[in-house]
Amino acid sequence: MKILTHPTSSVDSTMMFIFVAAVLTMPIWLTPIGAAYPDLMQRFVIFGLFATGFNILFGLTGYLSFGHAAFLGIGSYTAVWSFKLLGMNPIPAAIFAVVVSGVFALIIGYVSLRRSGIYFSILTLAFAQMCYAIAYSDLIGKFLGINLTNGETGLRVLADDPRIMDGVLTSGIDTSALTVNLFGLDLTHTWVWNGFQFNAGFYFCAFVLIIASYIAMRIFRSPFGLMLKAVKTNQNRLNYTGVNTKPYTLAAFVISGMYAGLAGALLCITDPLAGAERMQWTASGEVVLMVILGGMGTLMGPMLGAGIIKFSEQKFSTWGKPELHEFLAFIPDGIRDTVVSVASLFVGSGWHLTLGLVFMLIVIFLPGGIVEGGRRILMIVTGSNRRNRQIQAAAQAAE
Amino acid sequence: MDAIILQVLNGLEKGGAYALIALGLTLIFGTLGVVNFAHGALFMLGAFCAVIMRSLLTYEVATGEVEATAWGTEVAVTTPYVTNLFGDFGNTLIDWAVPVSILLTIPVMLIVGLVMERGLIRHFYKRPHAEQILVTFGLAIVLAELIKAQFGANPIPVPEPAALGGMADFSGIFGSEPGTITYPMWRFVYFLFSAFIILVVFCFLKFTTFGMVVRAGMEDRETVGLLGINIGKRFTFMFAVSAMIAGLAGAMYTPIISPDYNIGMEFLVLSFVVVVVGGMGSLGGAVSAGFLLGLLQSFSAMNEVKAIIPGIDQIIIYLVAIIVLLVRPRGLMGRKGVMET
Amino acid sequence: MAILQVRNVNKRFGGLQALNDVNLSVEQGTIHAIIGPNGAGKSTLLNCFVGRLTPDTGSVMFNGKSLLEITPHEINQAGVSRVFQTPEIFTDLTILENVMIPTFAHRDGSFKVNWWPRVDKEAQTRDHAMSVLDEIGLVDKKDVVASALSRGDKRRLEMAMCLAQDPKLLLLDEPTAGMSRADTNATIDLLKRIGKSRGITKVIIEHDMHVVFSLADKIAVLAQGAVIAEDLPENIKTDPRVKEAYLGEEAVA
Repeated sequence: MKILTHPTSSVDSTMMFIFVAAVLTMPIWLTPIGAAYPDLMQRFVIFGLFATGFNILFGLTGYLSFGHAAFLGIGSYTAVWSFKLLGMNPIPAAIFAVVVSGVFALIIGYVSLRRSGIYFSILTLAFAQMCYAIAYSDLIGKFLGINLTNGETGLRVLADDPRIMDGVLTSGIDTSALTVNLFGLDLTHTWVWNGFQFNAGFYFCAFVLIIASYIAMRIFRSPFGLMLKAVKTNQNRLNYTGVNTKPYTLAAFVISGMYAGLAGALLCITDPLAGAERMQWTASGEVVLMVILGGMGTLMGPMLGAGIIKFSEQKFSTWGKPELHEFLAFIPDGIRDTVVSVASLFVGSGWHLTLGLVFMLIVIFLPGGIVEGGRRILMIVTGSNRRNRQIQAAAQAAE
Repeated sequence: MDAIILQVLNGLEKGGAYALIALGLTLIFGTLGVVNFAHGALFMLGAFCAVIMRSLLTYEVATGEVEATAWGTEVAVTTPYVTNLFGDFGNTLIDWAVPVSILLTIPVMLIVGLVMERGLIRHFYKRPHAEQILVTFGLAIVLAELIKAQFGANPIPVPEPAALGGMADFSGIFGSEPGTITYPMWRFVYFLFSAFIILVVFCFLKFTTFGMVVRAGMEDRETVGLLGINIGKRFTFMFAVSAMIAGLAGAMYTPIISPDYNIGMEFLVLSFVVVVVGGMGSLGGAVSAGFLLGLLQSFSAMNEVKAIIPGIDQIIIYLVAIIVLLVRPRGLMGRKGVMET
Repeated sequence: MAILQVRNVNKRFGGLQALNDVNLSVEQGTIHAIIGPNGAGKSTLLNCFVGRLTPDTGSVMFNGKSLLEITPHEINQAGVSRVFQTPEIFTDLTILENVMIPTFAHRDGSFKVNWWPRVDKEAQTRDHAMSVLDEIGLVDKKDVVASALSRGDKRRLEMAMCLAQDPKLLLLDEPTAGMSRADTNATIDLLKRIGKSRGITKVIIEHDMHVVFSLADKIAVLAQGAVIAEDLPENIKTDPRVKEAYLGEEAVA
């Protein structure tokens, strides 16, 4: 009989502590696998944040949105506007991005959530495509007669923008470089120690991720989170139990939209540029891939999925036949050529093929994603019934 | 007036493509209860059937003669082998590569559909719609990437037959000055083609026993299953037919837009919107919504309209979809309770 | 005092008159059974009480308040809980969570973003849920995922979920359908016992005469959408109209 025991708060605290330590030491432990570039690590963190937020909607309530990239883009545009008007400080940029994307999520969610199932997915997709078209051609900007999104070139900070707070907050510091700074601390700055690179921007993003993950954990364990899980399981029963499910799903939608907006703002930290391609539906598809790959409805899964996808993208998309030859050097010469030519289909520009295949395999055989897979392996390895309960508790702590 | 007639013509061809894809999507929804996100990829595969047909026909062999280039180096003279084999008829074949490719598209797409249904879709009948969407979405990525690996990422131009190329002058028909209403001939051919296919599918469903069973199955799958009719087999066939329709729509569309691996995704998003506007599970709805949205799109692209609301042509379809879904939640012709969980 | 007052309710589906001028009055604290042959309109009537269907004409008053213009969750918040014919439970969640959700709904109302406290620290809610589980006999299975339960246990779970809300009125749609004789008797005992101290009014739709006559304080007989008799069980047993419409066929069997 399937038994489920939920982790206690002390198990959660331990997990949170391990998570924080792991995130903060990323520049060290990612070095051996060659992933410790500040730029790549920022991507891990930012897309981990995006996926964590998406999971609050999709993983808990089961509503599959195909339009969350719109909020990512809205967050980016808002952040760049904040840079342009207020100055290059990331904090107001992040706050405004969360607020503005929250407002958009409220409107889009209110309309889309009037329908469920496939209709909901199509509605969110339609909204996102509309946002993309509007941003790409700067339709609202043209209507108002200003350069709101700057069309296909993308919106960036210019030297003659007002940046009214820059003078106040960072007096005496040269801000003409137009890089993002936290009260004077240049976020593109990297300290090097023993060959490890500690990047200021990465730590800013990591800090945001830690707070956001903690909030996500609270939501998962709270009565509110329980209600969202109940929405996924049986919305009908919930209605006859005296619960108005609409505001619950809308709240989840808005929260996940805010997470996406925050991620969008963080994307502008290293490069204060917002482009429409960030809002395209392929980007919405990518976050779905991340959540499914890691494990929908689990706490750590989406973060894992985002990390794996961004890491593989970086690695495999740059590989060619020479790298494969080196990597597969253990195979005898005669066969190696054949193996390499087959394998080369899946790396370099063909890496999306690998992604698509892996994704299909996960959906077909392991709908619970990597976290579920890990749990199963743990069960097989330990295999004893006496310890089952402990193991399950531990595995769920990873959720 | 002339401008309006021209926009109607423009909308018909686009609407034809939407209608064909939406028709297949609806057949699959209605019969199998599966949301197929890989349907756009089937359209793309069809388009590449035309590409393959043309490259098969234009495959060149050396004639044995040698010719000097302008720079003085000597190169072997090559001619397409069909020209060698059939002479002038061979050249005509090359010219007519796109229509001829229908002969290739039909069997290829039927097999692709069959394999897809038997190998993958079948195992997802009982699984949640979200998982159906996800697995077919993954399949769409895989198919697109396979095509990219083989044919590269650039669009491949495929010309229409010379006889059907160029502009057709419709001015006479509408009593306008000659030369005021001209319209690419092939687009008109495409509209006729799509109308023909739609007609065939509707006749098939209306007048054959097979079609009757399928329609009954779309109404109530369980009851028809109880009658002792093997619905499963027929539905496999319907999936293959839907794949074929999408493939044909793609093959014939190649002269209008040079296909690349991504063309399927672009059409898919729009076709889903079409299906939802038409009403999930309604064939008539899919076809009429396809043409309706095609027309709306081409009208909103008129300069007179764009002057009032700039960029409306790019968002009109989505805007209409959102409004329709809110005002008539089941779409224009949708039935109660289809795909609502 | 009548807690549920049904007046002249009509419902028509196309050509079928599903409910024909139904009048019903359920007294506070009693068990009221609604019986009738298949297709008599019993489930349709129940659906009109919880907001799943709206009658064409007529009124349904609960505690002096109309149930017709409000949504299902508002009806529930007013104190009406329903057990469905096929158990509607949260299959992915544990038994304890299944019972805690209605407890939260009862405490927090129809919507509250209660995102900071941990569910496992909500001792009061958990204790309440545990006491209901204890009453219904599912306490050892509190950590079992609901989908793994037997059909009978699923029904009992759904009953526990409804009881956890301290409803004023509990509607039960064929609570013993498909149960063995032993299970049926256990359910009868359960229904007699539960909620008695709290004075919960119960309306039961039932086929099984054994169940009806061991439980009901009052019985309404529905045939072809109309109430043909509403009386005490002993009078119903001897009522010739009822015999003709219903008991005539089944009492023999």
